[in-house]
Amino acid sequence: MSCWETIADYAFRSLGFGERLLPRSEFTLCQQVTLIGSGMLWNIYFGLIALVSGFFLATAVALGKAAQSRWLRKPSEWFIFVVRGSPLFIQFFFAYFAFLSLKGTSPLFDPFTSAWLGAAVVLFLNTAAYSGEIFYGALQSIPKGDVEAADAYGFTGWMKFRKITWPTMLRLAWPAYTNEAIFLFHATTLVFFSGFPARQQRGDALYYASYFADKTFNPFVPYPILAGYFILVTLCIIAVMGAINRRLNRHLPSNVRTRLRMRPGAMLAR
Amino acid sequence: MYSFCTDPATLDMLPWLACYLTTGKHLAFYGAFGTVLLLLAITAPLALAFGFVAAAVARGPAPLSWLGRGYIAVVRGVPDIAFFLFFVIALDQMLEWVRHKVKCPDWDAPIRQGSDFVVCDAAKVPLSTSPQWIHETYGFSLAVLTFAIVFGAFAANVLFGAMRAVPRGQIETAEAYGMSSRQTFWRILVPQMWVYALPGLSNLWMVLVKATPLLFLLGVEDIVYWARDLGGTKTPQFTDYPHGDWRMWYFLALLVFYLAFTRVSEIVLARLMTRLTRGQATTGGERQRKVRAA
Repeated sequence: MSCWETIADYAFRSLGFGERLLPRSEFTLCQQVTLIGSGMLWNIYFGLIALVSGFFLATAVALGKAAQSRWLRKPSEWFIFVVRGSPLFIQFFFAYFAFLSLKGTSPLFDPFTSAWLGAAVVLFLNTAAYSGEIFYGALQSIPKGDVEAADAYGFTGWMKFRKITWPTMLRLAWPAYTNEAIFLFHATTLVFFSGFPARQQRGDALYYASYFADKTFNPFVPYPILAGYFILVTLCIIAVMGAINRRLNRHLPSNVRTRLRMRPGAMLAR
Repeated sequence: MYSFCTDPATLDMLPWLACYLTTGKHLAFYGAFGTVLLLLAITAPLALAFGFVAAAVARGPAPLSWLGRGYIAVVRGVPDIAFFLFFVIALDQMLEWVRHKVKCPDWDAPIRQGSDFVVCDAAKVPLSTSPQWIHETYGFSLAVLTFAIVFGAFAANVLFGAMRAVPRGQIETAEAYGMSSRQTFWRILVPQMWVYALPGLSNLWMVLVKATPLLFLLGVEDIVYWARDLGGTKTPQFTDYPHGDWRMWYFLALLVFYLAFTRVSEIVLARLMTRLTRGQATTGGERQRKVRAA
């Protein structure tokens, strides 16, 4: 079987298209690269969904934590504390079994026990809490002068938030948020190891990598392939986030602009 | 455990629960929390040592420093769980391969035969004749080593940054006093870098705590294993304590355990930071001085 045939058979295997059975013998390099890449589609799906939807909740949570009212502040603080204080792996397990129990009470919760929705919800809440904390930190360090200038110009309410507070917050938070995005993509590999079933062996990249490592008893091929894919994804994230960063900073003189730089120590999550 | 536990089916709710929570399996479950703490107690200093060596190597002369930087960069760029799964098999095979070369030099069959990894019997780790506890300890040690390698890279990253954060003037002063580079490193750089490293190391400690459930993936019978096992639906045929699917509640308990653990760590680390900041030429140290002076 040529490599092109393998790609045609397995490129979308993780989504349920193409060959139904996984390879059982030989395990050529081409098969491993194709299937692990096919699994990568799940990682990208989870990462993108969680990142885009989590962004909005993160903004809300950050504003909540910075709010004067107790009723807004306390729930936001607790949400951030609970999610950031416990392991994502345990959150996945807890959510999966909780959804499983809820499924008994109403068929409405049926789709939540599959990875595509259930795990996406967990990742959405997870990244919202982590980014919420980042955005909150940025909100706290908005220069006083900017806000006073906005007041002097007569900006109030929504306009002040939309034109002054929010863009400044994003600008300050962006380097840390880029790190959060990278670690979110890394975290997506936990999904199929934490209860959520990979129906008909449609799993993510790590699922296939560990499948090959188990079958061939040789970890030195599939895991480096996986690492290669993830480094590629990381580079893409840095490129996209860097472009957004440049746009956020485009009004600043070039010597003041903050370049996207991975700061040691300030990056770990989960 | 208690004397009234002989016939659980007749018991009321509270005594039933008291009996249920003290069954042999539950005691093993509580013991697994000890496993987690043991892992942390061994891994944290080991990872710090790995990190220290890697950071020191990374700021050294060229060919060696690439090795240090490469180690840091690769481990950071790839999901840690992939590393866990990789190292557990890789370390095991490496160990067996080395022992094979030493113990059976006249073995001529290839080691990798298709999908099998074949070494001579004398080179197996642990020996197939060894008792069960050796197998378990070996599995645990592999897990510890894996954690130390992965978190060592993170620690190296933090310490590397901290070494660079020590003010240049301090090093220059040391050199002006005629200290050799070795003396400067041990007497000036290392004592001063900790205050810069602590925020990063605190963060790392939290991440390490939150990574402990991954022990489950490494084949150790840890709290996640027991929570899944004990929480599952039990029918009267197999147990004196039948119940429905309680896994959700078991994992809720684990969630609370980790929340409490990270909260306590946070408080302790904040105290440690206050202690280390005392007398340092940083904004934090300056603030403390002003408070005391006032």
